[in-house]
Amino acid sequence: MSKLFSNENKEVFLNPLNKNNPIAVQVLGICSALAVTSQLEPAIVMGLSVTVITAFSNVIISLLRNTIPNRIRIIVQLVVVAALVTIVSQILKAYVYDVSVALSVYVGLIITNCILMGRLEAFAMQNGPWESFLDGIGNGLGYALILVIVGFVRELLGFGTLFGFQVVPDICYEWGYQNNGMMTMPAMSLIIVGCVIWAHRSINKEEK
Amino acid sequence: MVMNLSKLKETNTYIIIYATVMVIIVAFLLAFISSALKPTQDANVLRDTKNQILISLNITGLKGVAIDQKFAQVVTDTIQVDDKVVYQASVDGATKYVLPVKGRGLWGGLWGYISVNDDRQHVFGTYFDHESETAGLGARIKERWFQEQFNGKPIFTDNPQQVALTVVKKGQSKAETEIDGVTGATLTSNGVADMVTNGLQAYISFLSGGDASTCSKPEGERCGKCKAGMSCDKAECGESEMVEQD
Repeated sequence: MSKLFSNENKEVFLNPLNKNNPIAVQVLGICSALAVTSQLEPAIVMGLSVTVITAFSNVIISLLRNTIPNRIRIIVQLVVVAALVTIVSQILKAYVYDVSVALSVYVGLIITNCILMGRLEAFAMQNGPWESFLDGIGNGLGYALILVIVGFVRELLGFGTLFGFQVVPDICYEWGYQNNGMMTMPAMSLIIVGCVIWAHRSINKEEK
Repeated sequence: MVMNLSKLKETNTYIIIYATVMVIIVAFLLAFISSALKPTQDANVLRDTKNQILISLNITGLKGVAIDQKFAQVVTDTIQVDDKVVYQASVDGATKYVLPVKGRGLWGGLWGYISVNDDRQHVFGTYFDHESETAGLGARIKERWFQEQFNGKPIFTDNPQQVALTVVKKGQSKAETEIDGVTGATLTSNGVADMVTNGLQAYISFLSGGDASTCSKPEGERCGKCKAGMSCDKAECGESEMVEQD
């Protein structure tokens, strides 16, 4: 048990949440960060789906890592990811139909998420299943964290709501406050991600 | 056999066998999962369609088996109008009709159900949905605040043969038949406008009270094909169920 939660493994799990965040530091998975973050709810569900799929594809590739021929390793990784995404979307459709309808095309788009291929190639091909599982969970949550921050800012300023509930009081609108329609556009999430990266780098400056 | 794995796995034979076996396993796995889950998924889709029709009748918040029960209780009959189907429903004793409509949004298809009152002049409720509109923008046509804007709105203005109900940019609605669109989703809102106007126009013979020759009887019984105030012979109604005359 002590080996499972050793300091090294803790590092594997915690690093992608902050110091090696897939979006803020590696700048991967930006495309979906733009598409699904105009409100909090799709951002959270997307973050969780990516977490689950990264974790399990990491485990499978890690188990297979010694048998995969070097020349077709990318194809093998892609097949595993595509199969997992298809299975997850089928299961969602059968057992939590509402959620699968809410996510619509975005579940399928997880296949093209660069974070998955990045982790498979950089971590799961060299490490054991348990470490790979932690790495997958850590990276998925690191990704989800940024999505939630961007979704929070965009929904609050763009719609005046959080999770669809109004949080900006009516009196502000009576005094002339207006929702910023720009925030609902995908371009604004690029600027917010930029601000997050800026803040993140100036906090972590001394550690470089 | 002594050849170690790291060397063996770079040979062409190994790669071809590895790839073939992998693809076959994945293909069987996916085919198995897909066929195993198909009945559950189909049942979900059917139930979801029923739920959408109920929402267009302003019956919301149902889940699971309750949807099937309520649907069986509320929707009394289907009426064939040209090549389309109209659902006849009874909500709190009042007869309503649900008209399915289809359209095109920005990224993919749109569809919806519009329920009308017995007079076939006013909207009772609506439900709209989409295949792949942008989350938080076009996808908001699925939210109740947008759909409820239609409730009670007239379908026609002066011309009873031309549907006037439509969607315009938010803040620009002047007439009662113009509904506010979704901010930041102009193209999706235009798609809904086309779907509502043209979709209802396709039911014009139904909305204007049915076939004149069928529904011209001055008094008597009335089936779903004819609107309130008109009557017809039972024989001409085909399989449609009779409506209580008010």
